[in-house]
Amino acid sequence: MKELIQVKNLSKTFSLSAKQQKIEGTREKRKTAVKGLSFTAYEGEIFGLLGPNGAGKTTTLRMLATLIRPDSGDAIIDGSSVLSDAEEVRKKIAFLTTDLKLEGFFTPNYLFDFFSELYHVPKETIKERKEMLFRTFGIDKFAEVKVANLSTGMKQKVSLSISLVHWPNVIIFDEPTNGLDVLTAKVVTDFLLELKNQGKTVIVSTHIFSLIEKVCDRVGVIINGEMAVCDSLKQVQAGMALEDRFFEIYKESVGDTDE
Amino acid sequence: MNNSVLTIMKKELARFFGDKKVVFSTILLPGLMIFILYSFMGSAITSQYTVEEDYKAGCYIKNLPDDDTLQMMLNENFSFHTVSSDEEIKQAKKKLQQKETDLCVVFPENFMENIAEVFPVTSNALPPEVQIFYNSSETASETAYQTMSGILNEFEGILSNRFDINKSDGVAYDLAKKEDMVGSIFSSMLPMLLLIFLFSGTLAVTPESIAGEKERGTIATLLVTPVKRSHIAIGKILALSIIALLSGASSTVGTILSLPKLMAGAGELDGAVYSVTDYLLLALVILSTVLVLVTALSLISAYAKSIKEAQTFATPLMILLMLVGITAMFGTGAKEELYYYCIPAYNSVQSMVRIFQFDVTTNTILVTVASNIVVTFAGMFVLTKMFQSERIIG
Repeated sequence: MKELIQVKNLSKTFSLSAKQQKIEGTREKRKTAVKGLSFTAYEGEIFGLLGPNGAGKTTTLRMLATLIRPDSGDAIIDGSSVLSDAEEVRKKIAFLTTDLKLEGFFTPNYLFDFFSELYHVPKETIKERKEMLFRTFGIDKFAEVKVANLSTGMKQKVSLSISLVHWPNVIIFDEPTNGLDVLTAKVVTDFLLELKNQGKTVIVSTHIFSLIEKVCDRVGVIINGEMAVCDSLKQVQAGMALEDRFFEIYKESVGDTDE
Repeated sequence: MNNSVLTIMKKELARFFGDKKVVFSTILLPGLMIFILYSFMGSAITSQYTVEEDYKAGCYIKNLPDDDTLQMMLNENFSFHTVSSDEEIKQAKKKLQQKETDLCVVFPENFMENIAEVFPVTSNALPPEVQIFYNSSETASETAYQTMSGILNEFEGILSNRFDINKSDGVAYDLAKKEDMVGSIFSSMLPMLLLIFLFSGTLAVTPESIAGEKERGTIATLLVTPVKRSHIAIGKILALSIIALLSGASSTVGTILSLPKLMAGAGELDGAVYSVTDYLLLALVILSTVLVLVTALSLISAYAKSIKEAQTFATPLMILLMLVGITAMFGTGAKEELYYYCIPAYNSVQSMVRIFQFDVTTNTILVTVASNIVVTFAGMFVLTKMFQSERIIG
């Protein structure tokens, strides 16, 4: 299988403001969010990054999406380096997180066209793709309603469909089902599997065990910015429920969970 | 133009023009408000310093001389009562203080007999004195005082009649050109006003478009697309400039239409004294100024974390621009040295002064526009760098 995403030794530190130092109870001026992280995702699989809040999942994904630059290490996505070829990487990926918002003033219809133009998608393709994605997510009825007036779930579905305007091969989702009700979450989960069936490579980050169990082929467990375990879901689980296995791994790498 | 730049511009313009309330308050309202405000101020000022045309001032006169010419002249302008005792004059003065009458005039006794004598300036003897009491806190009284002095001076002239001044009809004695007056008023007022109007227009849209997008997290959505950061910077600056120009144009039209009313009494103020070339050069200067202003505010907005912060940061800039604008009011005409025309904002004011004073030179306009464009490009470059910085955007 082709190694579509190779993450090599990624590291990222942030400087802390005086206020943040107080909150974190530390006197260190810098906080390491990601420490020498490496993993590989193969073409056509769903790779899950599992970890508690603050483990470095989002930072890792933001580096893959070229929103922030790693301090050291590199990631090669479908042959392009996030360091030296950020623009090319952006053409090849879709990146979706709740931090990326759509302008509430516009309608889903307008925004879909706007982003399609930015990706230089041909006019006829825009129309077809829009119909397909809006139908999949049930946006068609709301296509002319301003995003600001949509429900949280519908907003998330609009974001999702718009992140895919260029129909890329690599899709990176940060907490894709966060804040969604069970029905909407199921639509998204089903769609992840559908993307996989179409041969797309998907990376999702989450702290929800069931999502990983349902969709992921392989999983990497991140704890304190480091990769604790990275293998196929079966190997990681080692015959246990993922949740139980996770706490075992956590204990092995940090110590007691009560800490 | 590049496709992505156009797409970004179109979106910015659609965002602005799609919101009717914003369009009304940014483009129509400023011009309308300025027109109404200035017209109102103008007519209020005028009415405060003028008296109705058919108003006849009330007047008490003691020892009114028995002369037909004088009485006819007084009758035309005053409704007067003649009094004979000092007591009556005392009461008249009291009325004057209480603003119940406008004037109180005391002629010396035997006025007509005494003025027959001529009093050379060199002699020590004093001519008879007429006393006019008035109340300067009342416009009607002040005006009546001037009218009365005028009448008495004229009467004195009729009595001696050695020579006349400016008496022939049909001779234009005031040789000031209409252009000169328009030029001096426009060049002292308009540069500052224009600068402030353009800045307000810019301030209404730029923080919203850049700091607002940061605040709402929508700019990150744009930054994960393969669009070059420089294209985002250029697209935004161009679109915002168009909107700021429209807003500035509305304020300018409002000002030019209401200026004659504000300056009532200063004669005819007519913008038509300027040629098409003058207006084209003015447009060129304004255009380049808007680019500089939008760029400056874009940088401030990109640095700020929220719209509010951006507006706070912009206040010192606003004050600075007002100061620069004021230099046009108190300066001794436009500067000659070309390097003054390299300083953004100051060069715009100086160039506008020259245009309004019919003193425009190609060099100064060229240097102004060129330096403004250079500043804009430098700003776009910095803005691009800021869009790349995770400290700013991350």
